[in-house]
Amino acid sequence: MREEYLLEMTGITKNFPGVRALNNVDMKVKPGSIHALVGENGAGKSTLMKILIGMYEADSGKIKFNGKEVNFRKVNDALNAGISMIYQELSPVPYMTVAENIFLGKELCYKNSFLVNDREMEKKTTELLEQLEINIDPKTKMRDLSTAYTQMVEIAKAISYDSKLVIMDEPTSAITEKEIEDLFKIIKWLKGKGVSIIYISHKLDEIFRIADEITVLRDGELVTTVDAKETNNEKLIEMMVGRELKQLFPKVNGKIGEVVLEIRNFCSSIFHDVNISVRKGEILGIAGLMGAGRTEVMESLYGLTPRDSGEIYINKRKVNIKSPQDAVKYKIGFLTEDRKLSGLFLPLAVDDNTVIANINSYIKAGLISHKSVEDDCNQMIELLSIKTPGLRQIVNNLSGGNQQKVLIARWLLINADILILDEPTRGIDVGAKSEIHRLMSKLANEGKAIIMISSELPEILGMSDRIVVMHEGRKTGELTREEATQEKIMKLATGMVS
Amino acid sequence: MSKIVTAHENKSQPLLGNFIKANIRILQTVSILIGMIILLSILSPYFLQVRNLLNVVRQISLIAIIGMGVTMCIITTGIDLSSGSVLALAGVIAASFGQGQHPLIVAILLGLAAGAVAGFINGSISALGGIPPFIATLGMMTAARGLALIYSDGRPITGLSEAFEFIGGGYILGIPVPIYIMVLVAVISHILLKHTKFGKYVYAIGGNQQAAIVSGINVKKYLIMVYTYAGTLAALSGIILAARLSAGQPTAGVSYELDAIASAVIGGTSQAGGIGTIPGTIIGALIMGVLNNGLVLLNVSPYLQMVLKGVVIVVAVLLDKKR
Repeated sequence: MREEYLLEMTGITKNFPGVRALNNVDMKVKPGSIHALVGENGAGKSTLMKILIGMYEADSGKIKFNGKEVNFRKVNDALNAGISMIYQELSPVPYMTVAENIFLGKELCYKNSFLVNDREMEKKTTELLEQLEINIDPKTKMRDLSTAYTQMVEIAKAISYDSKLVIMDEPTSAITEKEIEDLFKIIKWLKGKGVSIIYISHKLDEIFRIADEITVLRDGELVTTVDAKETNNEKLIEMMVGRELKQLFPKVNGKIGEVVLEIRNFCSSIFHDVNISVRKGEILGIAGLMGAGRTEVMESLYGLTPRDSGEIYINKRKVNIKSPQDAVKYKIGFLTEDRKLSGLFLPLAVDDNTVIANINSYIKAGLISHKSVEDDCNQMIELLSIKTPGLRQIVNNLSGGNQQKVLIARWLLINADILILDEPTRGIDVGAKSEIHRLMSKLANEGKAIIMISSELPEILGMSDRIVVMHEGRKTGELTREEATQEKIMKLATGMVS
Repeated sequence: MSKIVTAHENKSQPLLGNFIKANIRILQTVSILIGMIILLSILSPYFLQVRNLLNVVRQISLIAIIGMGVTMCIITTGIDLSSGSVLALAGVIAASFGQGQHPLIVAILLGLAAGAVAGFINGSISALGGIPPFIATLGMMTAARGLALIYSDGRPITGLSEAFEFIGGGYILGIPVPIYIMVLVAVISHILLKHTKFGKYVYAIGGNQQAAIVSGINVKKYLIMVYTYAGTLAALSGIILAARLSAGQPTAGVSYELDAIASAVIGGTSQAGGIGTIPGTIIGALIMGVLNNGLVLLNVSPYLQMVLKGVVIVVAVLLDKKR
């Protein structure tokens, strides 16, 4: 007898010290169904999945999988039962190869021995990657892969378990349009095989493209589970946030002034002949696919990596930026792509994270004036609506959106005139995303020049005054806000120059 | 999960609660120390005697001084294994100039300079050469010991002036001079770590080196400064020890670096980086000193003492992880 549901979670409650993460949550997933799980940061989505997969134990509630009641104590139990997961935080073993990572924990050995059969693993990995149309050599070391390719490998790994249920937590956070298409092909293929997917994402447009059903959580409670066809963006956001969100991209048109930064003839092994300029009060969006070289160009501009040739002009004067120290002196701020990797000082407090780039201005007679630090931090917290229990809160404990705001505050404190924001709303929920967009508009209106690298086409289209598109290290086109469309950008991003 | 409060609202919360929360690590370490003191004062009538307590503090002062430098290294996710050898090198150099033929200050400055140079080399090799500090300071550990033996011809350098000996064996107002030096170094080191740009940068580099680079910090420069400071403090310890022994001993200080690292770690310094304090390290050194002293007073075999010391180090870190 075929069960109506592959997975039934009923009455799940989970408390952590001081906070109730989940309160009596129900979730039922049908077999061969793509089931989206949405909610703001802190709504309880990851917690619910971690309970399912055996990382946490629920305080109360029941889980029924494939007709049997289960209670996974270890992740291995869940894997063996047929549930695998792609985690939001990518954590590959950097010095091991793609094949070794995919087979981590289930290494293939020669018959009746402990000796690992590398060749067989590489062969099977190649087969898997080809099947999924992922173009990577299985012998590549994980640390040599970009964030985007790392995520593709994680996806492949979760699928290699031959599970009946695959949980995907923000699977597209680090990849761009073309790879997202590939992922959706994979998901549909899995659905065809009768596999169910639980898809957690903040990107609502993706959810509506792929999901059959949607479960909404808010503040640890179940709001509702609906058929994707019976709802829309606005209703979904309202359910997630509990209030009406006016506009997702509140870009207000302001005055755009003179060219304030120009890079000419940037060349390196990764990018070629790149020329980009940005004006005062302008938001310049840089679009492109994985491997386009956008981040690399900005890292070179910022003095983080060397290049073969290319000049930088600030306010029409040629400048030499050999290190981030120079860039900071020229009042350029850089919000990096991966805030946990190269932005935040995770074990340090909010105030330390906020003032670090501007520390010189708080020094009197060799010592730091903690009062001035406190004043500036409080000012930033007000200005950016940063939610934190206090200045000495460790930033690791803040939500993604607030962490991002702390980083923006850092650059505002040096009075940065030029802000480079690399994927500024990655891994951030809808409410916080809108706040950051509002903030970007405000800063642009105040005369700052903003360079925004983004892999989300709606964000590029909604926020940019002008859009530069890159493909395989070259600038393939430039569009104004008025003339830009999704199709035009995609054409340029895939190298089809008209 | 709506315990979301802005900074302004936070001010209305009880001050004591806040203080405890912010300083929880060191308060826990202090309570372990107090617990040990109470236990030992019950078990031995000699423990709480002033002479004994001063002895304990004087004994740990050398390790504490080295420990403060090492604390900074560990905060940046590095380590310094060369402290004991640098201590010996500085000791013999200072002693060779401290026999009265030169002003005492010359002997002291030359000894400190030896430590500073050793530390500078440590920092440069690891920061500029990209060699892990573990390896760089391991090399220095062996090399500096060799240099000490070469410089002193393998023999102790004796005949130190009275002024020199005062540094290690003298008393001011009834308190041994090394304790004063330790306190002075502690105050300076604490101010450096908590109230200067240098300190903020040290924590930042340890918290996330790449983020530090992106924020415009000259990471290499500050790493070199940290190791130079650590080397200087090791040298200071060497000068005090030579004064105490009335001789520059090329074989002095063996394993001191391990005790110094243990003090830092017991005191809450984390090898993951970005976490550690001077008061914590002092308490860590005191815990080890009190433990040592207590076991001696209780007539526990010195071999068992070593085992217990090892246990304390591991337990302290385990408790730390559970926080």
